[in-house]
Amino acid sequence: MAGSPKDRRYTREHEWVLLSGGEALVGITDFAQEQLGDLVYFDLPDAGKQLRQNQKLGEVESVKAVSEIYAPLSGEVVEVNPKVNETPEVVNRDPYGEGWLLKVKPADPKELDRLMSPEDYDALVATAGAEH
Amino acid sequence: MVQQAALKQSPLDDLHRRLGAKMVPFAGWSLPLQFAGIIEEHNAVRSAVGIFDISHMGRFFVNGPDASRLIRRAVTYNVCRLQAGQAHYAVMCAEDGGIVDDVFVYCLAPDRLLVVGNAVNAETDRDQVASLMRPDMQATIEDVQSRTAMIAVQGPDSEELLASTITGAVVRTLPHHGCMEFELLGAPAFIAQSGYTGENGYEVIVEAGRAHAFWQGLVAARAQPCGLGARDTLRLEAALMLYGNDIDRATNPFEAGLGWLVDFDDESFVGREALRRLMERGATRQLVCLKATEKGIMRPGFPVLHEGEAVGKVASGGFSPTLGISIGMAYVQPRLAAVGTALSVDVRGRPLPVTVVRRPFYKRSG
Repeated sequence: MAGSPKDRRYTREHEWVLLSGGEALVGITDFAQEQLGDLVYFDLPDAGKQLRQNQKLGEVESVKAVSEIYAPLSGEVVEVNPKVNETPEVVNRDPYGEGWLLKVKPADPKELDRLMSPEDYDALVATAGAEH
Repeated sequence: MVQQAALKQSPLDDLHRRLGAKMVPFAGWSLPLQFAGIIEEHNAVRSAVGIFDISHMGRFFVNGPDASRLIRRAVTYNVCRLQAGQAHYAVMCAEDGGIVDDVFVYCLAPDRLLVVGNAVNAETDRDQVASLMRPDMQATIEDVQSRTAMIAVQGPDSEELLASTITGAVVRTLPHHGCMEFELLGAPAFIAQSGYTGENGYEVIVEAGRAHAFWQGLVAARAQPCGLGARDTLRLEAALMLYGNDIDRATNPFEAGLGWLVDFDDESFVGREALRRLMERGATRQLVCLKATEKGIMRPGFPVLHEGEAVGKVASGGFSPTLGISIGMAYVQPRLAAVGTALSVDVRGRPLPVTVVRRPFYKRSG
């Protein structure tokens, strides 16, 4: 299996964040979408909402399960991906690309240093996957 | 250290793993939850054909001149009415009228019937029938679960598909909603036009040693392998019961909407007196179909509210891929059971508005 994308950072709760040109893109990982199965509904904060790192920002629901989503960083929500509630399967299909969830203006980019590297996240997933 | 019994495996277990199925424990068996994905599998059954490994289902023949008489005493429906080739849905009750299982009874001949029940009740069903044997009865029970596989072929293209594979033309000679035994690759097999999806479909029992060839023939003919996930979304759309959720020992057939399966004829059957009293008293609650009007998913166990007050719990609930909204079933007082009644379901602290709708949620056309 290909490792997680090298250009971003990860959380233990299976979210990713990509810093690009002063803006952060947030989503859930391939492991998360694979565990959840066919995604149906997303409950996400509106633009303007302030996020705090590690606090619950919303929920994602699949046919079989529901999971909480935690903020990988603090900041203001700039945009919510409109595709996500129209065609939630885009997050199953392309969790790192078209299936991004939120655009966030980071309050403190240094917060990302506390997150996991792609290699550390891959190691976490390897052990988590082994339990299933 | 607690010793856990190993999960039972279907004769097709290795094929599912090879196809990359996500396996889960269910009623003591290891079974596929999904292959391609629940929604994709669900849609394949609604539009074309899907196949399900249902080898975990309880299944036993009752043979002998008193086969029908014996089964009749175990279920509420008068199976003595069935002629060769006919089949019928039935419920098995306990003395107090509580439901022991819902089953399908297939009549192959006056002296040979097949009873198919839920995996979780496989032993209970067989034991209930066996316990009703009397010295003046000639009947024997032939449990075939361990030496066979059972496969469901469901969808508008299911007849065409079966006819084009090794099953051949036998599927076209089946009586309407009927059953028959036939030979498949030189071994005894059984086929019925029945199912758990709301589509046209068939259920086939084959000897374990023929299971691979049968299943692989269907896969090669483009049938979509489907798992327990799609099995549940499909049956819920068809408003079919799931034992343990919608019906159980604490529910009776009348409140579940299964009163039509209770035959108060001259024969005695388990639960007859209690059911007579329950019928005369009238149901104190009713199983209704609920459809959400906003996004959110009602799930088993969630409280059902009327004007803020708890009036029941969701028995079955989930997402309907065909309707694109959440659906479910719950027991409520008869005064809240009218179609159109507005209720809500507590989904993790937030009220999800739902409406009582007519069953089923989905009905196939034609």
